[in-house]
Parts: sequence; C-alpha cells; structure tokens
Amino acid sequence: MSKVKTARPNFVSTTNACKLCTPLGASLAFRGVEGAIPFLHGSQGCATYMRRYIISHFREPVDIASSALGEKNAIYGGGPNLKKGILNVMKKYEPKLIGVATTCLTETIGDDVPMYFHEFYKEFGDLDLPDLVRVSTPSYNGTHMDGWHGAVRSLVEQLCLEKAADDGRVNILPSLVSCEDVRHLRDICDHFGIKATILPDISESLDGPALEDYVKIPEGGTPISEIKTMSAAAGTIEFGRCLPPKTGGTSLEERFGVANHRIGLPMGLRESDRFFETLEAISGRPMPRRYELERGRLVDAYVDGHKYIFGKRAVVYGEEDLVVGLCAFLSEIGVDVVLAGTGARGKGLEEAIAKVTDGVARMAPEVREGVDFHDIAAEAGELAPDLLVGHSKGYRYAKAWNVPLVRVGFPIHDRFGGQRTLTLGYKGTQTLFDRVVNAVIEKKQADSPIGYGYI
Amino acid sequence: MSTTSSTILEERQDQIHRTGEGAIDIACNRESLAGAVSQRACVFCGSRVVLYPIADALHLVHGPIGCAVYTWDIRGSLSSGPELHRLSFSTDLQETDVIFGGEKKLEAALDELIDRHSPKAAFVYSTCIVGLIGDDMEAVCRKMTEKKGIPVLPVMSEGFKGNKRAGYLAACKAMFRLIGQGDTSDVSPVSINIFGDFNLAGEIWIIREYFEKMGVQVVANVTGDGRVADIARCHGAALNLVQCSGATLDLAKMMEEEFGIPYKRVSYLGIEDMADSLYKVADFFKDKDPGIVERTQALVRDELNKLMPELARYRKDLEGKKVAMYVGGSFKAFSLVKAFRHLGMQVVMVGSQTGTKEDYAELAEITDPGTVIIDDANPLELSHFIKEKDVDVFVGGVKERPIAYKLGVGFCDHNHERKEALEGFAGMLNFAREIHASAMSPVWQFAPRRANRANLAKEARKEAANE
Ligand code: SF4
Ligand code: SF4
Repeated sequence: MSKVKTARPNFVSTTNACKLCTPLGASLAFRGVEGAIPFLHGSQGCATYMRRYIISHFREPVDIASSALGEKNAIYGGGPNLKKGILNVMKKYEPKLIGVATTCLTETIGDDVPMYFHEFYKEFGDLDLPDLVRVSTPSYNGTHMDGWHGAVRSLVEQLCLEKAADDGRVNILPSLVSCEDVRHLRDICDHFGIKATILPDISESLDGPALEDYVKIPEGGTPISEIKTMSAAAGTIEFGRCLPPKTGGTSLEERFGVANHRIGLPMGLRESDRFFETLEAISGRPMPRRYELERGRLVDAYVDGHKYIFGKRAVVYGEEDLVVGLCAFLSEIGVDVVLAGTGARGKGLEEAIAKVTDGVARMAPEVREGVDFHDIAAEAGELAPDLLVGHSKGYRYAKAWNVPLVRVGFPIHDRFGGQRTLTLGYKGTQTLFDRVVNAVIEKKQADSPIGYGYI
Repeated sequence: MSTTSSTILEERQDQIHRTGEGAIDIACNRESLAGAVSQRACVFCGSRVVLYPIADALHLVHGPIGCAVYTWDIRGSLSSGPELHRLSFSTDLQETDVIFGGEKKLEAALDELIDRHSPKAAFVYSTCIVGLIGDDMEAVCRKMTEKKGIPVLPVMSEGFKGNKRAGYLAACKAMFRLIGQGDTSDVSPVSINIFGDFNLAGEIWIIREYFEKMGVQVVANVTGDGRVADIARCHGAALNLVQCSGATLDLAKMMEEEFGIPYKRVSYLGIEDMADSLYKVADFFKDKDPGIVERTQALVRDELNKLMPELARYRKDLEGKKVAMYVGGSFKAFSLVKAFRHLGMQVVMVGSQTGTKEDYAELAEITDPGTVIIDDANPLELSHFIKEKDVDVFVGGVKERPIAYKLGVGFCDHNHERKEALEGFAGMLNFAREIHASAMSPVWQFAPRRANRANLAKEARKEAANE
C-alpha cells in the first residue's frame, strides 16, 4: 500500500465548511420521532436558518420552535422564555414530545436546561405534558453528527427508563441516512420477519405524502412507546465506525444488557454483508432469498462495470461515517479514494477507513479531519481527481475541476430528490454503483469529439 | 375570529388585521414570541442580506460554524466581475476560543484571508456568541485596517440583539464608513445611486439599462453587483434611489444628513411602480436635462408596447384567481398588490416579517376589504389563512414553499433567494409567466385538497342529475 502524503495545510480560517452545526443534527433526529417537535433553546436566527437549510434538502415543512431569546434573556438567562416557548408549542402543536437542543448562545451563558425542566414540571405538572427530552449541543464543540448522536442517546436515556419484557425485536440506530434508506431498512426487517425499532425514523416525517390538510406535525417517526421499551430488544444495531464512545446503543447495553452491535453503514458489498449477517445472528433466521438475489446481481454488476471505473481517482467528503461507508464501497470497485475528508475532528476516521478498505484498496487515501473545501481544493492539482462523491456543497469544486459530482448525503439542494437517494444495503450499493459508473461514462462521452453511442 | 383562535396564539391576535374591519392598529416590530416558530431570522441575517452582494469584499463571519454555513451562497445575487461574496468564510470558533476569547483567531483569520484574496475591503460580522464573549471587534478591525491597508469594517450584528431590521442598520453603519473616500471628479450632475437592490438574477442590469437609456449615470449599486470603490465615491451622485422596505433607508438618511444628497423611495416591481420610479427620476433631473422626460416616456412606451400584449395572454387564464403573500419587508408587498391587479388576480392575504405601522396602514389602504394583513406570521397561521381564503398562488420565500405545496397551492419564490429576474418590465413578464406556471399546472388537480373537492363537486352534480 502506498500512501499519498502531502504537507498538511494549516489554515486558521474556515472557507466553505464541510460540516454543519450541532443543534441542526439534533433537530433532524428529533424530527424522526412520532409527534415530536424540535425546539432550539437560543435566539431566533439559528432555528430559522436551520429550517431553511433543511427544507432545501427535504422539501417538506420543517417547523423548529425557538425560545427566541433577546438581549435581556442573554444576560439574565433564558429560563422564562424556554418555559413560555414550551407552553406555546404545546398549545399550538399539541406535540407528544418536545426535543430541546441548546445552541451556542445558551451553552455559553450556561443555561441549566435540566433545572428549567425540573421547574417546569413543578409549575405545570397538572397539565397534560408532552415528553420533554433535552440535549446539550454547543456548536463550538462538535458538528451536526454529534448533535444527531447526542439526540438519539438523549432520547434513549431519557425515555427508556425500565427494563421491558424481552420481545426479540431489533433496535436499529441508522445514523443520518436518507428517508429512502430508512424505508429500505424497514423493508429488510419486514422481509426477515423481524420487528424493528428504527430510531430515529425520518422516512415519513421528512418525506411525507401529499395530504388534504396542513398537518401540524407530520405522521411517522419512531413511536414513543417503542422508544420507551427499547430495553426489550434482543439486540441493537448501530451504524457507524466513528461513533462517540457513549451512544444510544451503549446506553441500552449498559443499563439493560441489550447487546450492542456496532457496525459500519452498510455500504458496499462487505459492509452490507456484515449488516445482513448481524440480522441473521440476532434473529436466528437466514437471509431471505430476495437479498441473496440482490447480492448476486450486485456482484454481477460489479463485474460488468469494473473496467469503466478501475483506477479512477475519487475525492470523498462529508459526515465521518458516510465517508467511511463510501470508502468501503469505492475501494471494492477499484476506485482509488485519493482524499477522504470530513469537517469533524477526533473521530478516528483514518483507522475506520483502514479497516473497511483492508484487503481491497490499492492505496490508503489521504485522510483529513477538520477539513473545509479550501483545504481540499488546495491539493486538487496533486490529487487530480476524476470524481467527487459527497453532498451538494462540493459542486463549485467539481465544476472548477471539470469532474462529475456524485451526490450523496446531506445536504443535496442543487438537485431534486436528495431525500430519496438510496445508498444502504445491496440495493443502495447497486444504485450508487450505477450512478458512479454512469457519471464516468457520461463524462467520457461528453468530452469525446465523437460521442460514441454505444458503450 | 373564533375559528382562528386555535391556530393563533392570544398574544399574537393584535398582529393580525382584516382590511375594512375597523381602524388598523397592528402591533409590530416586536420580538418574536417564544415557541411560535417565527419565519424571521436574526440581526446577523439582516446584515448579511444587505452586505452579501458586495462582490469584491471579504465577508468573514466571526462565530461558530453554523451562522456562516447557512448563509453560504444561498442568494441569487449576481456579480459582473469578482465573486468573492459567494464564498463562506468563518472563524469557526471552538471551545477554547469561547473560553479565552476569539480576538486572536479573528486577527489571524483576517491576516490569512486578506493575503489570500486581496479584497478591496473586509466586513467582519459578529454573531451571538461574539457578543457574549465580548471580543473587541472594533479594535481588531482597526488594527487590521492599518496592517493591511484596506478598510476592515466591523458589522455589529449579534443575532439576539433584535430582528432583521436591526441588522439592516448595522450593515448601513458599516458601509457608511466607506462612503466619502473615493474620487468623484468624473461623476455627472445627472447621476444616481441604486440603493437596496441585490441584483438577484441580474435584476440590476435590467434597471441600469433603463437609466442609461434615460441618460442617467449610475454611480454605485448598493449593494447588488456592488464594488467597494463605487460605494466609496457614491457621495458624488445627485440622488439616491432607495428600493425595498428600507434595508438601506438608513444609509440614505445618513447620506442626506452628511452629504446633503436627497433620496427617493422607489420600486422596480410591477408596471406602475417601475414606470413611476423612472418618471420620478426624470422629474428630478428635468431642470438639468430637459430632454430626459421625453426620453423616459419613450422608453416606458416602448417597453409597455412589448409587454402588454404578452401579459394579456396570461391574464386570460389568471383572471379571478386568489393570491396570498408573505414577504420579508412590506414595501415589496405594495408593488406586488398592484402587479397582481394587472394579472386580474385578487390579493387576499399580505404578511411581512418586519413591516412597520405605517407600512401596514398603507397596505390596509390599497387592499380590498377582507384582506388579511399579518405581522411576523408562522407556518400554522399561514396555512390557516391559505385555507380560509382558498388561495390559488402563494408568494413567499423558501421556508414558505412547502407550506403552500402541502396544501396543494401554487408557489412563487419572491425572496432574496430567487434565481429568476422579476424586476423591471422584462421582470414583470417573467413574473407573469411564473405565476401562470404556478397556478395553471395540471398537478394541482391531483393534490388531495383539490382532488377531493373536485370529486365532491362531481358527486353533487351526479346527484342533482338523478333527482
Ligand atoms: S450560533 Fe451555534 S447553534 Fe446557532 S447557528 Fe450558529 S453555530 Fe449553529
Ligand atoms: S447565532 Fe445568532 S447570529 Fe448566528 S444565526 Fe443564530 S441568532 Fe443569528
């Protein structure tokens, strides 16, 4: 294995960041709980900006409440506004759950949300209160993925308080994947005959059908009753090789002895195999034939398409675990990942990539944590990529370098259907594979003076 | 208003008015209500909107990452030259910066970025957290101005210190520091500055062409397709034209006070307002340039001759359809109300994030009885009125779009993010085309709200026939 090594640029400023802020991730996760509304404890701007950002990807109404703190609150504390805001949200939205995420502002002034909750229960305990869940999400201390995982862990820790009677179900903590991915996971479990609790489940709440009326809180999401009884499961599968040490999965394992299976995002053949094997192990049932066929077709497609893409050089960026999954997949099909970058820091990205690419990759990619697009661009000449794989934000670079961008992840707001991009399992890998091969062929065709009509 | 009470919080009742139902006395310029899911943003957002299109300046957001990321290149402001404004710069404050202060990092970031991009000026935006940790941005900027030899201007835009309007003012204050520094020796006595237009989808280029045809020199675009050097010498112009709900009104006022330059409020949206604005300018300069009135009339005549027959085609389909709008500043709403009249459409709801008492009074004046006027609305209220009024087309920004779509209602993006030029006579045609496409698409018949209604009507007809 050879390794491309370049002197790592060391910029102070961030240009075109490759990450989002912590409460955004928490808000997204809360949106995947039945009857829940995310609530940002901070000033109005953060909530509005995040709504706008999320809407441009999902094209769904995204109501995120805010305690709308003003100058006085910033000085004297945000408690009164938080309580008033919760009451107002209760009145108007009648939520089953309010997920409160702090922002940089309230973290810095040191607002004590658990205490405010405590007071709130004392003052309004006679009302029919929704479940309240809180998560601490200072953005100067992480990225949207920390917010996401933090929210999931908070949901599990603050809602699932007792050991429920074993019922053989499987908990799946899928990480930030698309709505279509979640639907696919659900189908897989159905076909296995497994009862699954997927937390969070954004498949409907962030990709809902056209309806007669504007619903205050969209249908779908993980049922709260299921979250409260996740301790009944035969096991938890959490996706991610770069997860924090403590997660929803570890919490269930520690407190209730629910075995936690931490595996990578099932992207590519080998990581998908691991997922299906884990399902087999937990359920004691063999993989249904339809997935054997899907797997077989995928291998067949790998063979059919290998020549178009072998040795192509890809730059991959985005959420740490998505990047790992993409590296697993791309290395399998003979694409050399020359740079793998994430905006997050301290996630062990390099080791995770080494693990999933072991035995197939011809080279280890340059791995960058805490990267922004300027860092990536600074090396573009040397990297000479043929392909970019990541979210929409890489577009201007793909355009400048005249290479195709295969859009995956979040956000995809310069194309249609980001919420329906499938990447997980054999089927998702198949979709991704077709897109990668076609992107390369399309580029070749477009650049060719002849433009061959056959491939 | 009993039917609405479940949707509208008591504390917000006095921010809603219906034209014709008593004297208008809307409460506005209030802080958004906690938990109300306001569509508003923050002070920083207001500053960013105004300054963003200055294309040869560096725009550095001092704060944690979110504020910069969410404003990265979302607007459709085009530049005819440099495109520095389309990059998103941030100091990405980390925990240690929050504890020990971010001044050093800010300084280093400016040092690095100014060397890298050689901008003509730098704007440094403060965000909530900077206001809290108390970084002395003023001092850092002063130091960097000296060190780098370009104006480095602090924009005091801590998000929590008010709403978008406060951000407009902060932006104007920052820009005002530039004005008066440039050479004005070649500025014509018949000259203007275009204030408050952001050159969305190249709109300023349409408007500039009109003025050039009239023989008026445009000194500076503030801020669409903006350049630092133009702004620095814009005090040489004879007149400031302020468009929009006053994002740059404060700047015009400062210039009037300091340099004695008068200003006029204008709008480039819709037919009357566009023509009126041009005539206002012609009128202002007619003593200096007697031919200007005639030239302007000819220009308007030519444009209308082209436009009107085309509009008539759209109007045939759109006649009688109902429209609602929710805009940032309410000034735009005046023009839109009139523009919709040309399309034969009826405006049944007008709302704004940051209107003033006077704005709302004027809206009450020009709208039909029963029209809902609303300040600082939220998704539930908007959807409530869309249904109550049975709206065909909704005009708003990205956050409003899914609300309309979920209700099976056409939508037209008329916000800072639009990528379609809607100003001027040419823009009016684009606007008509877009409204037409929004209202007339066959997809609405499949949207449940209308599909179900059509089914009901069909059944009623069947029953009537059977009787
Ligand atoms: S202040 Fe923090 S939470 Fe708010 S947008 Fe900025 S980074 Fe995100
Ligand atoms: S942190 Fe403050 S400045 Fe930044 S988006 Fe939030 S409210 Fe606006």
